[in-house]
Amino acid sequence: MFKILKKAIATGIVTTAYPKVPSEPCANFRGRPVIDFERALDSLPAAHVCPTGAIRVKDEKRTRRVALDYGRCIFCGLCAEASPEGAIRTSGDFELAVRKRSELVSSALYRLDSAGNQQFLQMTYRSERPVESIDQIGEKLQERIHRILSRSLQIREVDAGSCNGCEVEITALNSPIYDIERLGIRFVASPRHANMLLVTGPVTKNMEVPLKKAFLATPEPRLVVAVGACGCSGGIFGRSYASLGGVDQLLPVDVYIPGCPPPPQALLHGILQAMGRLGEKLGKHR
Amino acid sequence: MSQLVDGLQPVLEGLGQAFGGKIKLLGTPRTREVYLQTEDRYMNSISRHLYQLRDVRLTNVFALDGREREGVFYIQYVFALDRAGGFLLIRTPIPPEQPEFTSLTPLIPAVNWQEREIHDWFGLSPVGHPNPRRVAIHDDWPEGIYPLRKDFDLSTALPAFHGPRHVFRPVEGEGVFQVPVGPIHAGIIEPGHFRFSVAGEPILYLQIRLFYTHKATEKLFEQKSVDQGVFLSESISGDSSFSHCTAFCQALENTVQVEVPRRARLIRTLLLELERIYNHIADVGAIATDVGFGVANAHAMRLKESVVRLNGQLTGNRLLRGMSVPGGSRRDLNAQQLRALESLLDFVEKEFDDLSDLILSSASTLDRLENTGILPPMTALDLGVVGVAGRASGRDIDVRRDYPYAAYDEIAPRVVVYSQGDVFHRMKVRMDEVKDSIRIAREAAARLKDGSVRVSLPELPVGGCGLGWVEGWRGEILHWIEIGEGGTISRCRIKDPSLNNWPALPEAVQGNIIPDFPVINKSFNLSYSGTDR
Repeated sequence: MFKILKKAIATGIVTTAYPKVPSEPCANFRGRPVIDFERALDSLPAAHVCPTGAIRVKDEKRTRRVALDYGRCIFCGLCAEASPEGAIRTSGDFELAVRKRSELVSSALYRLDSAGNQQFLQMTYRSERPVESIDQIGEKLQERIHRILSRSLQIREVDAGSCNGCEVEITALNSPIYDIERLGIRFVASPRHANMLLVTGPVTKNMEVPLKKAFLATPEPRLVVAVGACGCSGGIFGRSYASLGGVDQLLPVDVYIPGCPPPPQALLHGILQAMGRLGEKLGKHR
Repeated sequence: MSQLVDGLQPVLEGLGQAFGGKIKLLGTPRTREVYLQTEDRYMNSISRHLYQLRDVRLTNVFALDGREREGVFYIQYVFALDRAGGFLLIRTPIPPEQPEFTSLTPLIPAVNWQEREIHDWFGLSPVGHPNPRRVAIHDDWPEGIYPLRKDFDLSTALPAFHGPRHVFRPVEGEGVFQVPVGPIHAGIIEPGHFRFSVAGEPILYLQIRLFYTHKATEKLFEQKSVDQGVFLSESISGDSSFSHCTAFCQALENTVQVEVPRRARLIRTLLLELERIYNHIADVGAIATDVGFGVANAHAMRLKESVVRLNGQLTGNRLLRGMSVPGGSRRDLNAQQLRALESLLDFVEKEFDDLSDLILSSASTLDRLENTGILPPMTALDLGVVGVAGRASGRDIDVRRDYPYAAYDEIAPRVVVYSQGDVFHRMKVRMDEVKDSIRIAREAAARLKDGSVRVSLPELPVGGCGLGWVEGWRGEILHWIEIGEGGTISRCRIKDPSLNNWPALPEAVQGNIIPDFPVINKSFNLSYSGTDR
């Protein structure tokens, strides 16, 4: 007993103040790639090396459409290496959660000349970082939790075929470093006790029925958060005889958290975004 | 033809004397791999012959669809000769008109699941198998679907399943009842179904249903380019990203016989050990928490987070992804990163000592761990258990030492073996290994000399094949790949150590009480995704 106390005192407080204070998942973190669409001269090499098809190039007669989908991206950085003109760079961005799947996609239109070079015409859609910064979300958080959930959010985590990478990071939320309970958020054992399903994996054929059952067992109003490239889109596993290709193929998804895997801060950022959504749902429910 | 490692030659000669013309040498492309071919009807006696030698184990059995080129399926057997330091890869042709092969399970129980897998993926039946039910494909899947056959399209949309549900073996007697658990578990862990038959609290019998996370990984390798395959290999089992990826890269490097630069081999070694360190620390903490010692787990999670952050600082990804590449390392490590490594290792060494001391001096914790969930050495031997669980039950196997790769030829691991086989000793193996891994990582960093970290691979030869092996933190990971037309992968067989070890869990829990199941399960900590693929 004495040893335990001594060690605790010697260790001190290790918990991060995130989201009140910004924090990085680690030094040199490789976050999302950013394309400077105006400068991109040839997007084919990047599309060619992308292991998950997150960068797609579609040529039609004299025009070319280039799309980058953060929902598929595994943040490997290959596209930046394959982009000779430096139009793609990897950034440290990790707070990428959005409420609509389409918000994860940026796309641009180009004119193709006879030599196959592309000339920028216009952006067709631009994925922005969330309008709300994380500290703004953090400020509102306490208030929301108090008002809506009587100070607590209960999460049921469901692995619907993940590789266990996302679970490694979700587990870290329970560690003293991130200590998610300081925010009134708790992981629970049953969907019946939960307000939110935090779902990882591409939804395998064999997890389709269990996931659906867990969803139906969660009392309304309920939230579904899709975690990781697999949860957002099927990721590197895509769609096949064994995989549905993302959580939204089966359930209505409230928030998408990209990443492979998303670090704990990115998970928190997404969970907090989703809580705003619960307020809206509750309004409708009454 | 390569010069073989010393111990393999006599085994080959022995096989030649005993079986003469019945077994044919296909080639010895590398020092540690011998390829042989025989007929299915001789496999039983050949296996018997090999098992009479010391330290031979059949570690991997899988099938290949060679119908397009050669008109037959093949069953590929991988025998590991641990003291010789080499692998015997024996294959037998199976004609499509008679889709069956002799089951070796009655002789070698370790291949029970793997033989049933062959039936599920390829439709080849193991004749004489004591329990030839489906294992990988669930009972409610339609009949006649064999996903790894070449004529099965990956994108096939299967109908909703309305087939029969799995029938668990009945366990009968007064007061015996069943407790179903899963596939969704109470904690943040992977899905799988456990069916306990209990009488009061003691567990009489445990049946496990897995493959809930099956996502066509082996089939997907056949559709991806080699470069894309590297990233797929990182997603086989997320907590072993670097080990699986390195096994995949080494299989490719072996196929084309490329020597990876020494600096890259050292970097791989130190990252492999970091993966072992962070996972072992997490497991030690989780074992403590499963017997109610939450404070120890809090310290363990704090330590694990510090290692995971270092992973990120060294590779850009907290799970060490995007670093290993066929031919070496995608990125080099700079002086600043190496300094961070050094100080982190010092920190973890000291803190882990404190953590171990907290656990080992807590009598009430030890009381729960000792003599709980015993896997007897004989059972571990029969079931071919590998890795941490194997070494806690007397199995002196570690492919880092037995078949050195990366830089383990110059920095040999100290292999710890216990024979008690209980939860405590599975934890103790981890504690000992964390210390040794810190030493290896330090030494690997100290030996780094300036130089390149990557060589490019020559063109991949059609029909070329190779084996890659890594002692992941759970145990021995094997990847076997075969090259198809245009530099694609025509077959990638992935063997996670969990595939060997899952059948041992029911043996270890028998007679224990249900409340001890979580800690017993945790002490094995097997991968679902790595098994289900």
